[in-house]
Amino acid sequence: MSISLTDNAATHVKSYLEKRGKGVGVRLGVKTTGCSGMAYTIEFADQVENEDQVFEDKGVKVIVDPKSMVYLSGTELDFTREGLNEGFKFSNPNEKDRCGCGESFSV
Amino acid sequence: MALLQISEPGQSTPPHEHKLAAGIDLGTTNSLVATVRSGVADTLADENGEHILPSVVHFADKDEILVGTPALSHATTDPLNTIASVKRIMGRSVKDLATLEGYLPYKFIDNESHVPRIDTAAGAITSVEVSSEILKSLRERAEASLGGELIGVVITVPAYFDDAQRQATKDAATLAGLNVFRLLNEPTAAAVAYGLDQQAEGITAIYDLGGGTFDISILKLTKGVFEVLSTGGDTALGGDDFDREIASWILNQAKLKATNDHQMMRRIMKEARRAKEALTAAEAVDINVVLNGDRHFESTLSRHQFEQLIETHINKTIVWCRKTIRDAGVEVREVQNIVMVGGSTRTPYVREKVADFFGKQPLTNIDPDKVVAIGAAQQANKLAGNNPEEDMLLLDVLPLSLGIETMGELVEKIVDRNTVIPVTRAQKFTTFKDGQTAMRIHVLQGEREKVADCRSLATFDLTGIPAMVAGAAHILVTFQVDADGLLSVSAEEQNSGVRASVEVKPSYGLSDSEIETMLKASFQHAEEDVHTRALIEQQVEADRVLEALRSALAKDGSLITKEEFAKIEQAKSILLSARQGNDGEKIKQAIKSLENESEAFIARRMNRSVQQVMKGHKVEEFE
Repeated sequence: MSISLTDNAATHVKSYLEKRGKGVGVRLGVKTTGCSGMAYTIEFADQVENEDQVFEDKGVKVIVDPKSMVYLSGTELDFTREGLNEGFKFSNPNEKDRCGCGESFSV
Repeated sequence: MALLQISEPGQSTPPHEHKLAAGIDLGTTNSLVATVRSGVADTLADENGEHILPSVVHFADKDEILVGTPALSHATTDPLNTIASVKRIMGRSVKDLATLEGYLPYKFIDNESHVPRIDTAAGAITSVEVSSEILKSLRERAEASLGGELIGVVITVPAYFDDAQRQATKDAATLAGLNVFRLLNEPTAAAVAYGLDQQAEGITAIYDLGGGTFDISILKLTKGVFEVLSTGGDTALGGDDFDREIASWILNQAKLKATNDHQMMRRIMKEARRAKEALTAAEAVDINVVLNGDRHFESTLSRHQFEQLIETHINKTIVWCRKTIRDAGVEVREVQNIVMVGGSTRTPYVREKVADFFGKQPLTNIDPDKVVAIGAAQQANKLAGNNPEEDMLLLDVLPLSLGIETMGELVEKIVDRNTVIPVTRAQKFTTFKDGQTAMRIHVLQGEREKVADCRSLATFDLTGIPAMVAGAAHILVTFQVDADGLLSVSAEEQNSGVRASVEVKPSYGLSDSEIETMLKASFQHAEEDVHTRALIEQQVEADRVLEALRSALAKDGSLITKEEFAKIEQAKSILLSARQGNDGEKIKQAIKSLENESEAFIARRMNRSVQQVMKGHKVEEFE
């Protein structure tokens, strides 16, 4: 299973990368931390490591390390607005449970 | 779920530990809040998509306080309860207001305290409270936009804000529940926004013409570090003056005088502002305003006429540019970049005049209203620790020297003007009289040599100094100026460890025109000051010698011969009469001859005290 982006997410990632002036793409990951065990991370990627999996969707390179891939397979990255707040959101079919705040999850 | 932002590689934060920070441009006319999201700094909009928050607060009653555009709509209908341009009175005393009052259509309550209070429907309100309402509104906007609490903010202030004005700004932030990482000078923030810190080296001029203030700063970048070489400006010059020029043009044309009819004056000011803004793009603008009763005023104002009206104000800014560049010790042609800040730099005539003076086009591609907030946001992001790889030191300078009063009402400078802050400087002082157990520390600001010509900031007493002979106490006076330009002074007697200190929060501040006057005076009186200082120093020295002699004679008068005593008395009277005169050299000679005459006596005295100490001891014990 691959990883995909919504149109809105792709537009924003592209614009942020352009303004940053460097970077090959965006790196999605999972960290084992937080109240429900795991948390999503999203960072600029300056390089691709040998073991990384790279997906290209709507002109954006999404880079994931193999450990995170286990949890992220099939995920779609979205960019949304909620009131004044805006940012990226993970839609992950592997997710079973979330903590109240939604920042961490378990599978 | 929480919405995420893209972090720098390796900088993802654990859940609930996002280090949210914001930069706030707390302006005279407009305020903005900006933040860095996914690596991009931008200003934040409110629910209506507006980025700019007018710095206006309306106090309807105790429970109803409006901020921004909703408050602005009450400006014409309820002027006395609608406070605008509060930044002009931040940290100012009742006394300072006299020079500004013509422009401030509010009722001030006469009171004993230094802090002016404005009489509103919600009670007596201080400028700090008004500012804190603006800050609260920006804080709510930022927290709603970022989805969490701010851990800290960077608030920008004009480079020329003095201690009192900076402290008032910090107080307003505290009152609004904000943690201030630091206050940052507006020009420095603008340079950061343009990424000029990424360049190798160079000199940058920041020309900031806002609604109410003008600042010109010369920054030098060396190895990624900004240093403010010099600053100049006028805290009472800005686009509001352009509005006022148009307003008085309207009054003139309508053959009216400025009146107490606040509502009409507000309508005219509003129309003046609209005309000014329209003239940025248009060559001429139609003016149409309701005067008093049912009288209408209609006319056309051309861009050329407008330029003539504002010419003197722009020329003033150019004079400041020249002066500040000279202060920095650089040549106009060495300035590589000119950054334009503030909404008033949209006026084409301002850009033209600035380009003429510097001989090159200024940078204008970032919105001049947002540029300061954007730079502040980048700095806040770094101070929050979100980008630890890039660290940047921002250095600012002191506008006036700081020192303390010494004998003879002289000022001993401890931290010189244009010293890069934060800074700590210490100097040793001693007692003047035998058995002196206390010392008054008088902290002063200014360039002149005499206390009366400088500005008094604070006084405090160091007490409990153990009784010692004059000159034996070691009193270390330490001046510490923090990154925000706030001063603390401490004094410590080093033998006994007794300490005293003061935080300088002056009750009122200096306007920059006062600073300018003080600087000018110090240049004009430079020679006179040197003479005065030399004279007073000799007078103080004469007093010290006479005092020492008096105390020695009282104790050991028996050691002196009649002839010696007569000679000493004669030399003493010569010194006493010289002391009354204005000739420092004469006093110096008289001191010398008195010292010569007393030499034998002093030597005998020394021998005796050594003998007394050694009595009953063997010489070896002292080896």
